[in-house]
Amino acid sequence: MTTIGVDAPGAADSWEDKDRYVPPPEATRPPKKGFVPPWRNPWRRPYVLATVTWGYILWSLVPVLIAVQFSFNDSRSRSSWNGFTFEWYCCGTKPGSIAEGSSVFGSGADDALLLALQNSLTLGVITTLIAVPIGTALALGLTRWRSRTSNVANAVSLFPLVTPELVLGSALYLVISTLYTQIGLGRNALILGHVTFSISFILVIVRGRLVSIGSEFETAAQDLGATRMQAIRTVLLPMLIPAIFASAMITFAASLDDFVVSNFLFGDASQITVPVLLYSAVKAAPSPNLNALATILLMGTMGALLLTYLVLRLRRRGEGGSALDDLAGIEM
Amino acid sequence: MAVTEAATEGRKDAATRFLWPSLAVPGTAWLVALFVVPFYGIMAVAFSSQLNILGQPIPAWNPLKWDFTVMGNVIDQSINGTYRSAWEHTFIYTAMAMAVCVLVGYPVAYYVARLARGNRGLLLALILAPWWINYLTRMLAWVGILGDEGYANDIVGFFGFTKVDWLGGQWYVVVIALVYGYLPFFIVPLYAYLDRIDQSMIEASRDLGANTIRTFFRVTLPLSRIGLITAMVITALPMFGDYYTNTLVSNSPTTVMVGNSIEKSIQSGFSRGQGASLVLMLSAVLLIFMAYYLILTVRASREAR
Repeated sequence: MTTIGVDAPGAADSWEDKDRYVPPPEATRPPKKGFVPPWRNPWRRPYVLATVTWGYILWSLVPVLIAVQFSFNDSRSRSSWNGFTFEWYCCGTKPGSIAEGSSVFGSGADDALLLALQNSLTLGVITTLIAVPIGTALALGLTRWRSRTSNVANAVSLFPLVTPELVLGSALYLVISTLYTQIGLGRNALILGHVTFSISFILVIVRGRLVSIGSEFETAAQDLGATRMQAIRTVLLPMLIPAIFASAMITFAASLDDFVVSNFLFGDASQITVPVLLYSAVKAAPSPNLNALATILLMGTMGALLLTYLVLRLRRRGEGGSALDDLAGIEM
Repeated sequence: MAVTEAATEGRKDAATRFLWPSLAVPGTAWLVALFVVPFYGIMAVAFSSQLNILGQPIPAWNPLKWDFTVMGNVIDQSINGTYRSAWEHTFIYTAMAMAVCVLVGYPVAYYVARLARGNRGLLLALILAPWWINYLTRMLAWVGILGDEGYANDIVGFFGFTKVDWLGGQWYVVVIALVYGYLPFFIVPLYAYLDRIDQSMIEASRDLGANTIRTFFRVTLPLSRIGLITAMVITALPMFGDYYTNTLVSNSPTTVMVGNSIEKSIQSGFSRGQGASLVLMLSAVLLIFMAYYLILTVRASREAR
C-alpha cells in the first residue's frame, strides 16, 4: 500500500459540508421554456458522470469478489467454477478431498500458508509497536523544533514517501547483504524495512494533526501554570490520540500489505509473508487455497478498518463532520 | 518564594530546550541508517570495480575509488542494447496507463467530490476500499479472471470470438493491470483537492456567462491543477518501479519493464552492479518527479500555515 504525504493542515475544516453544492429551491430556478438541451441545462442530473463513477466502482471491486468466490471452488482451478466447497479453508483431511494437504487451517492443511499468515501478523504487530512511537516523536520534534538542521531532517524524512518501493527494497537488500551483514536477511531485516517505510507516513499523519491543533492549547496550559512537559502530556498528547491511533492502524495494514520490500528481505521460506507467498505461488502452481488465504487477509484488513472507523466515529460524536472524511483525510 | 518558583521554571525550560531536537533524534537516526546509507550503498555497488570470490561486486564505500565502467556500460545498453526495450516499455506503458487514469479518474473524483449528494458517504467508502485490499490479492483476482478457462474468455466465447491468451505477454493487459492497480491511488488525492474548491467560484463563472464546459476548463481545472499533478506523480512513481504486476499478468520478455530487469539483476548476485546502476538511472528519472512533488507539497503546506 502506498500511503501518500500531502500536508493538508486544516483540511478537516474545509471538508465539512458547508461548501457543498446545494441546488437552488424550485422557485428560484428559471421557468422552463420549451426544450432545453442537456448541455445548456446546468441543473440536469449528472447522468454521465454517475455512470462512469459506478462503472469504475464495479470494475474495481467485482474482480476481488470473484476472487473470493473462487476460494470456495470445488475444483483445483482458480478460473473455472465447479460448485461450492469450504475445504480450501479448513480440513482437507479426507484422502481424495479436493484440498487434500493444502487447505489453510485444520489437519490436512498446507503448513506454509498458516506460517505465512503468522509471519505477516507478527511482523505487522512488531512494526507497529516500533514505528508508531518513533514516528510520533519525530513528528512532534520536527514540527516544533525550527532550525536549519530540522529543515534538513524534514526533507530527509519526506523522501521515503516518494521513493518507489523497488528502490528502497533493493537498497536495503544490498546494504544488508554487504554492510549490515550481522542483521542478515529474514525477520530482523523485514522489521527494519517495514519500520523504515512506515515512519514517514506516521510523521505526515501526526504532523497534519499537530499543525491543525496549533500551539495555542499548550500555551494556554502553560499560562495556567503547567510546565512544558505537563502541557504536552496532559493537553497535546490526548488531542493527538486519534491521529496516533489511525497511524497505528495504517502502519499495521501497510505492513500486512507490503510486497516489494518483503520480497527483497524475507530471506528463506521460514520467514515468508502472505503477499510474497501469493506472488511466488501464482507463478508456480496456483490453486484456490491462495484465494482462501487472500480472503482471510482481506477479512483481517476490513476488520481493522471497521474498528478504526468506529473508534473515529466515537470520537467525532458531537463534533460534526463524518468519520469517513477523517479516514479519507488520514490517507492524505 | 516567588523567586524560587521562577528559578525552577527557568531550570525546567532549560531542560526542555533540547526536548524537540531529542524527540526528533531517534527517527532521524533511523532514516539515516536505513534510508540514506542504503541509498549510498546502491552507489557503492554500482560504482564498484572489484569482485569477490563469488563474482559479486564489493561495494566501494570510498567515493575516491569509484569506477564508472559498469555504469557507463549500462547507460550504453539502455540507449542501444539489451535494456532499451525495458526502458521503452516502462515509459510507454506508464504514459498510457497515466492517460487512462486521468480520463477515468478525474470524472470519478469530480463526481464524488462535487456532485454526489445522498450517497456520497457510500461512494467515498467504495472508492477507498481498494486502498485496503492487498495489491497482490487484486492482481491475483485478475489472473483468475484472465486465465484460459476464466470469465474473460467466457465472455469472449459468448460473442463468438476465439479465446484470447490474455496472460501470454499482451501489452494491453499489462497497461490495464497497471491502471487497475494504481487508479485508486490517483482518485483519492484528487478527490481531496476537488472537494476543497469553493462552490462560489463555479457559481461566479456561471453567473458571468460561462457555460458548463467553459467553466470547467477556465475555473475548475486550473483550481484543481495541483491536485491533478500530485495525483499523477503519486501514481507515476510506483508505476515506474513496478515489476510484479508485469510478472503476474504477463511474465514474458515481450513486455519486460525496467523494474523486472532491476529485480532480476539485483537478486542474481553476478549482475548486481548492473542492477544497482539501473536503480540509479531510474532514481535519476524519478528525482525530477520527486523534486517537483516535494516543492509542491512544501509550498502548499507553507501557504496553509
